[in-house]
Amino acid sequence: MMSSRISRVLTYLILTLGLALALGPLLLMLLNAFKPTPQIITSPLSLPNELDWSNFTRAWSDARLGETMLNSAKVTAMTIVLVLTTASGAAYVLARQKIKRWKSVSAYFLATTTAPIQLFLFPLYFGFARAGWINNPIAVSFIYCAMFSPFAIMLLRTYFIAIPKELEEAASLDGTNQWQLFSRVMLPIVSPGLLTVALIIGLYCWNEFLIASTFLQAKGEMTAVVAFTLLSGQYSSDWGEIMAAAVIIVVPILMLFVLLQRHFIDGMAGGSTKG
Amino acid sequence: MWLFALPALSINVVIILIPALLTIALAFCQWDGLSMPVFVGLANFNAVFADRVFWIALGNNIKWTLIFLTVPIAIGLFAATLLLLIHRGRTLFQIVYFMPVVVATAITARVWQGMIYNPNTGVFGLLQRFGIELADPLAHTETALYGIAAVDLWHWWGFLAVIFLAALRQVPQEMVEAARLDGAGFFGLLRHILIPAIAPTIKLMMVMTVIWSFLVFDFVYILTQGGPAYSSEVLSTLAYRNAFFEFDLGRAAAVALVIALFGLTATFAYVRLQAREGAN
Repeated sequence: MMSSRISRVLTYLILTLGLALALGPLLLMLLNAFKPTPQIITSPLSLPNELDWSNFTRAWSDARLGETMLNSAKVTAMTIVLVLTTASGAAYVLARQKIKRWKSVSAYFLATTTAPIQLFLFPLYFGFARAGWINNPIAVSFIYCAMFSPFAIMLLRTYFIAIPKELEEAASLDGTNQWQLFSRVMLPIVSPGLLTVALIIGLYCWNEFLIASTFLQAKGEMTAVVAFTLLSGQYSSDWGEIMAAAVIIVVPILMLFVLLQRHFIDGMAGGSTKG
Repeated sequence: MWLFALPALSINVVIILIPALLTIALAFCQWDGLSMPVFVGLANFNAVFADRVFWIALGNNIKWTLIFLTVPIAIGLFAATLLLLIHRGRTLFQIVYFMPVVVATAITARVWQGMIYNPNTGVFGLLQRFGIELADPLAHTETALYGIAAVDLWHWWGFLAVIFLAALRQVPQEMVEAARLDGAGFFGLLRHILIPAIAPTIKLMMVMTVIWSFLVFDFVYILTQGGPAYSSEVLSTLAYRNAFFEFDLGRAAAVALVIALFGLTATFAYVRLQAREGAN
């Protein structure tokens, strides 16, 4: 057997290799956002000669990032509010088994988390088109809510289950009705869960591509990620500009992630393994 | 009490269940999205099964499933086990490994396309100048699918590493210590103690992999749109093209049903598996 010292060095070596693998493309994105395209061609790996911000100003105006990021933020915020208000109630009654058919309702939500988008996309699109809801951010936030709330419900359910029953009984002895019990007693206790759900749903909405590119095609309603993909054709592209746009869209999210990583990791891992 | 569950349930039913039922009906109709749908029986399925591209796409989905059932799960498991053995720096490694999951697929796709695969501006182009011949995998029919899979792999393995680590940490430390005292090496430990202990998590991830593999859309659509010459087409991009570029909604619905069928089969297999384990 290897001596423990060598094996420890080897372990860290391999783990650091994984670190480089995960960070490599992100560093390439950051480095080349500051270089003019001719310099990217001579060497994509080198450090930029100087901090050239011209890619960023071009990216900002070409992808209309001021406007499109605001659009993304609006859809994201609406979806978070919609998911939190609807999923918390459902999670509560399912966790406490307060309705008769809680088993079949849970099974239904579980089934929709694995339903392919294509299974409901086409009638939904043409139905919305007939109703005049294409290019409508509110309509899209309802679609996101339907897609992401089963995940939110399952995650929040675990927070409600953790609350001791005695607490609820004591509160109902004091004469609070169901609604007060839920909104004044239960919701504040699960607020860490609400934060986790808000962060994860926010991340999904900010990053989402298929629904956003199908339902929000008008120039004025487009999200940042969709505007970003329109920056380049398949063959000729200003890669310096594209990387600058990528940095503007992704760096704030990465910083938020590093800052609040426990919430993100626990939430995403919990939602997909307890599913 | 139903009032608490009703808003979430009704939004879900209106957006997902009703359109899903309509898709099932649509698969037996001819419809261009505008005029009245016409019932055509199994004609859409016959047309889909007679289409060469459908079989290419299905084959690509199966290749994709096989790749993602093995490679990222093996890498994730390996990384998670190494993380279990160390104490200092574990959180840092976890955070960095997880980072690619947080980046939007559209951005990941463009970074790989421009900074790695591109023969002018990417690392592959740079290596060519040093005499290492690496063609842009996305531009060739034999390699396009694998080029896309590599991007998804980069974005995915860290998530699995973090999940597997979370599961491994539930394994009683005494079991690990006892095996090590018995002289078990790294791979012995992995094979006889750790993998059996977290088998339920691995199985769940494998079921989810099958489901997700048939849903894969973003990376293919953004990187190659299924090309060149349909070589990287998958069922989801085929359905999307049928619907929004060819306005053949009946065929799109038929393909969507095939996608759903694989997800359903995987879920069913998993439920059966769990029931059997519960009985033991």
